[in-house]
Formats: sequence, C-alpha cells, structure tokens
Amino acid sequence: MHSLNYHKASNASEAARLLSGTEDGKFLAGGQTLIPAMKTRLAAPSDLVDVSGAAELRGINVSGREVTIGAATTHAEVAANGELRNVCPSICDMAANIGDPAVRHRGTIGGSIANNDPAADYPAAMLALGATIKTVSREIAADDFFVGLFETALYDDELITSIGFTAPAAGAYAKFPNPASRYAMCGVFVAKGDGGVRVGVTGAGADGAFRAGDFEAALDGEFSAEALDGLSVRAEEMLSDIHGDGVYRANLVSVMARRAVAAAN
Amino acid sequence: MSTVSMTVNGKAVSADVEDRTLLVDYIREHLRLTGTHVGCDTSQCGTCVVHVDGKAVKSCTMLAAAAEGAEVTTIEGVANGDLHPMQRAFNDNHGLQCGFCTPGMIMSGIDMVNRYKAEGRELDETAIRHELEGNICRCTGYHNIVKSIAQAASEM
Repeated sequence: MHSLNYHKASNASEAARLLSGTEDGKFLAGGQTLIPAMKTRLAAPSDLVDVSGAAELRGINVSGREVTIGAATTHAEVAANGELRNVCPSICDMAANIGDPAVRHRGTIGGSIANNDPAADYPAAMLALGATIKTVSREIAADDFFVGLFETALYDDELITSIGFTAPAAGAYAKFPNPASRYAMCGVFVAKGDGGVRVGVTGAGADGAFRAGDFEAALDGEFSAEALDGLSVRAEEMLSDIHGDGVYRANLVSVMARRAVAAAN
Repeated sequence: MSTVSMTVNGKAVSADVEDRTLLVDYIREHLRLTGTHVGCDTSQCGTCVVHVDGKAVKSCTMLAAAAEGAEVTTIEGVANGDLHPMQRAFNDNHGLQCGFCTPGMIMSGIDMVNRYKAEGRELDETAIRHELEGNICRCTGYHNIVKSIAQAASEM
C-alpha cells in the first residue's frame, strides 16, 4: 500500500471539509473493498477520511413502513436489527449473506452502493425497494444512481449520508454465489410494493445492476413464480467471463427470480 | 506518522506508526503478538481475525489508525489462566493439523458463539459451517473444527 494521510471525521460536514483539503483523498467507511484495492495498488488515494465513526451516519430508523438506514451502518447491524426485520425481513436476510461475519462487522451499506461492484448485493436491493440515496447535497433515486460498472451518479467527493425506502408488502432476495469467491454470479431481489412489483438484478448484467422490466410486468399481473414462465433477459446484455457466459447468466436470472418470488410468497 | 493508542488484551498500548499501517502489522510488528497470522492478505482466509470492541474483524483489512481508542483482543488474550473453552475444545477434538489457521478459527468461533447466545439463536452444525465462510483451513476438511466449535458452544 502506498503511503497516505489518515483523518477521522466525527460528522458529515467535517468529512467534506477534511476531504476538500486533500490532493486526491477518498472517504473510508468499512474499508472492506477499498483497503484490499489499496493493497494491490488498484487504488492509491493520497488521504483517507474515515467516516465510520460518525454517529449521525450510523443507525436504523423505522417509522411505520418508512425505513432510513445511515450510510455507515454495517451489514451485521442491518442483518440483526429487529425493528427492520419486522417490516422488511428481505433486506436483513440479504445483508446476513454478504461476505463473511468479519466482513459484515466492518462493511457498510453506503460503502457498498458507492462502490457499485457489479457483483455486490445491495444495488439489487436498492433498485427493487425503490430506495432514495441521500447525500450531503441532494437525494438520488436508485433508478438514477447506478450508472455502470463501479460507476454511480455521485459527484467526486459527494458523501452518501443515508438510504431511505418504504418497506414492501412482500420481498425476497435469491443469490447464486460463485463457488470460490462467494460473490453473486447472479442475485435477484423481488419486492412487491404499493407501486407494483420491482425486480433488481445484480452480478449478471454487463452494465452492472439493472431492473428486469418484463419480469416486473408479468409479476404485476400475478405474483407467482409461474408468471415468469417463458420470460428471460437478453443473454447479449449479460456479463460473459470465465465464471459463466451470457447465456448461462441469463438462465440464472430466470431461476433466481423464480426462487425469490417463491420465497416472498 | 500518527500516534495510535488502544487497549490490547487489557493493556493500554501506544505507538507512532505510519498512517497506512494495517492493524495486523501493528499487532505483529509493533506489539510482537505473532499469534495473529497473515495468510492471504486479501481478506479471504481469516487467519488474521481479532476482536475489535467485541466483534470479529479481519485485522489485515483495517488500518491501525481506525482502531484508535478500541478494545482489541487477540488469540494471546483469550486464555484466562486455563485455556479458553474454545481452545480446549480444539485440543479435545483435534480441530487442527498444521495450526496456521487455528488462531483465526478460535477468534471466529468465540465471536459466533457469543453472537448466537446474545441473540438466543441455536448454533447448530449448519450455522457453524455458514459462520465459517470467512475462515479457510487447508488441512482438516473442517469436520473437527465444526465439532470443536459445537463443543465449546455447549460449554461457554
């Protein structure tokens, strides 16, 4: 790892101020992706501004069906929150299967979606839940947030502060992990909310997480796995790599979507 | 350089370290507590697991500076006179062969037992295997590690 200057921020505005004074600084949350990337020198920021200890960025608030999750809330905290589980068990179950227990103790929801790894679990959940990503300066709908592989609508130096969504009436996440890395080869999050059914897919799309529009329309008609019979995503729009080609991944999307709908019912 | 202070195994420690220093390097090179191992250095193998404020973390994937003010427990700090029940269980069940992964296995084992007890959940064999996702052993095939953790869970 290259040398760097470490700063600890106690709140969002201090984090922004600290970062603005750096040459090429980055925010550090749980560091479960950033630190490995720095060790291999894929990333070499001049400074790190640690936001993981900022109390205002942490915690989960549930009010009726409205959920707000602070950006620096860890996967373990999302997985274990009883209030959240009461209204939206699907996101707790999803968080409980990210990485491994030690990673879940450090990794954060804000870090995951800001990184937008094409195989990360949270982007599928954000799309399916119709989440709003709140930053220090604005609110961004999940549909506008995930732009491409490792790319988001965030400006440089724009810090995510929280994520908000309305808990759906039903939902579930089904994941097919790569047998070695355990990252999603395909993960499908299905949510049946007031505005209809939304289907978020991660791990499979060539441009990162996406919504399966045809699946949503079919599930709006009938919320059952059988409603998806004969439907598939386009193989040429899926990732093709040594772990599986586009045809294989397109099939995984159909299978995981059926499993998610069956689990949500 | 920054001065980093924390409590490790109940003792207050402090050192001037480069900001890029990983927690595992601080523990091994500055404190000379070499029971915490570095296997993969890519956050996968779990030999570097320690407890930070009571939670298992991979100390190769955390900066020492981020542990400022924290309570850290390493494998050297779990025995209290006698072996910890988790250590004894690994001994009883031959839960190791070469032993390289063992410190991380024990730290992860203690963490999972504590969490499941606190949440009132049953730590059965399936749960233990799922919880060991982040700890790799290249010798044992895991069966005796799972048995060891199950035994300790009944004793802790």
